[in-house]
Amino acid sequence: MGNAKYQSWGRYPKCHQQVVKMLWRHEPLPQEGYEGKTFLPFGNGRSYGDVCLNDGGVLIDTRSLNRFIHFDSREGILRCEAGILLSEILGLIVPQGWFLPVTPGTQFVTIGGAIANDVHGKNHHQVGTFGCHVLSFELLRSDGNRRMCSPHNNSAWYHATIGGLGLTGVITWAEFQLKKIKNPCIIQESIQYPNLKTFFELSEESSQEFEYTVAWVDCLAKGNQIGKGIFIRGNHDESTLQKSCRLASRMFTVPLDPPFSLINRWSLAMFNKCYYHQHRPRHQYSIKHYVPFFYPLDTIQQWNRIYGPAGFLQYQCLIPPGPGRDGIREILARIGAEGVGSFLAVLKIFGDKRSPGLLSFPKPGVTLALDFPNHGRKTFKLLDTLDEVVRAAGGSVYPAKDARMHSKYFQQYFPEWKRLIPFIDEKFSSSFWRRVNGEYP
Amino acid sequence: VKKIMIIGATSAIVQAVTRLFATEGHSLFLVARNKDKLQAIATDLRLRGAGYVEACVMDVLEYNRHASVIMTAEEKMGGLDLAVVAHGTLPDQQACERSFDLTRQELEINCLSTISFLTHIANFFETKKNGTIAVISSVAGERGRQSNYVYGTAKGAVSIFLQGLRNRLQKCGVKVLTIKPGLVDTPMTSAFPKGMLWATPDKVARDIHHAIQFSKDITYSPFFWRIVMLIIRLIPERLFKNLRL
Repeated sequence: MGNAKYQSWGRYPKCHQQVVKMLWRHEPLPQEGYEGKTFLPFGNGRSYGDVCLNDGGVLIDTRSLNRFIHFDSREGILRCEAGILLSEILGLIVPQGWFLPVTPGTQFVTIGGAIANDVHGKNHHQVGTFGCHVLSFELLRSDGNRRMCSPHNNSAWYHATIGGLGLTGVITWAEFQLKKIKNPCIIQESIQYPNLKTFFELSEESSQEFEYTVAWVDCLAKGNQIGKGIFIRGNHDESTLQKSCRLASRMFTVPLDPPFSLINRWSLAMFNKCYYHQHRPRHQYSIKHYVPFFYPLDTIQQWNRIYGPAGFLQYQCLIPPGPGRDGIREILARIGAEGVGSFLAVLKIFGDKRSPGLLSFPKPGVTLALDFPNHGRKTFKLLDTLDEVVRAAGGSVYPAKDARMHSKYFQQYFPEWKRLIPFIDEKFSSSFWRRVNGEYP
Repeated sequence: VKKIMIIGATSAIVQAVTRLFATEGHSLFLVARNKDKLQAIATDLRLRGAGYVEACVMDVLEYNRHASVIMTAEEKMGGLDLAVVAHGTLPDQQACERSFDLTRQELEINCLSTISFLTHIANFFETKKNGTIAVISSVAGERGRQSNYVYGTAKGAVSIFLQGLRNRLQKCGVKVLTIKPGLVDTPMTSAFPKGMLWATPDKVARDIHHAIQFSKDITYSPFFWRIVMLIIRLIPERLFKNLRL
């Protein structure tokens, strides 16, 4: 019943679930007609794997909860319903001189999803995750109970729900602190760099002076070139003059589902070579509108289709600092040896600002994120070997992007996982949760 | 800046329309039954840029309030340029077949209350020799079909009433717009399986906004329903009565 819409961004796994729309924040969750089924809130379907899916159960579509509730434009505090998209929020706040405290790589996620996955952005090394800026929210449970949660009020629920993967109830609205800006522009530098060592040096050197840092890596590089790529760093433009940073308003749509993945070993190698080498001069300065700076892929609507009908798997891991650091080299080496991966592979250093979330993914260290076309068993086997490297290095894998990690790895990556259980709504579950908590072997 | 009164402000289509109005800074007087929903919408529209927003709780079946609510809207906004009439329900056709009481109730909501309000607002605009009335009717009112003829009766009557009104008010410069949406994915139609022909409330809202901007007498939304309904109207009754529509 109109379910094609309800899939995750990676389009894997395919699930069958009923859908019920939540239309008003004051109304209770549906009570009748769903006996014996579990619920899961669904935002805009931009998480990659199965944290937003509930095979055999019911999804609560929250996109209609998209109203603003209060905006204090002096203090920069916004309260809005949880189904609203970051893009809608930016449309309201940017003209009034405010910006999101933290933004992921797409503006098409809901606030509820941003909290439930405790998303991070290019400024994690300075300001932490989105959850660090959430002042309060309302949590609606299946028994009709409503809890107003904040660091001081129902704080255990606050910590469990941030990064709680939608399992603790429906977030109906949230209030969070915005960041002051002078104009919509970002002053960006991009630097071509030759290997992993220089990536760490550039990150170190940039961490104080630059609010936003991230690197594109050539995931096919081998030997002493492993980790080479383009380092991007930027700050909000502080000048009050009206800068002419252009917003490219052109949008493209991938118009159809190609019968196979357009990303393969050859197209990838060609793209990566060109992208790396066309970066001349090696060190570039530019002024960019915030949309192309933060959301380059948003201009290509439905880009997830390029991976073909089988979909793709995104893998984002974290390797903590210290002795484990070589883990990132080993992971890149294994991916390069396989010759798979994606155009967009991203390396970023996380800072040590602690997230309030019980199961939040970001912790101090270095994180790598990239996509793999779904070639079935071959792809899964590679990712399993990566999991082993991550585990040995004491790292973890990001649930919001995962569709396949084994429960034994999840439970080692997130040793606190059992502490979430008492907060999970008895009528809530997800495909992800059933997989990693061992109900399904 | 226009001064706009909206009946049925909590409907999904109208919520989308009022957001377009709000971003343009117009003044809005919202009428609906449910106070909590109205307030949620009113606050949102203020933040989205509406010049002035007033929420008024009223059940459309309170006929004796129709005249006064128009006065209140005019008073609160300091004028009135546009009235959007959009309230309605989707009757359970089979239940209506078994119960005339239910049929009458549905006709009250979807037809008589609209005609009552239109009578007052038409007279109001006629004396001012200015104004626009936009009413959401439906393609269902174009021809009676076994699956949906109670709703069709109500909407058909509204469409014909609007034709007459448009004819009458033409000479004094008052615009009467009939909006005929096709299948729209809203809470009203949540029980139906959705397919290719279904439009989003946002799409219909843009069409309504366009119709108001350019004073289109009759708008089908999306546009292809004009052709679909033309074909459906052309089928001879002798054949039509055998169809399962």
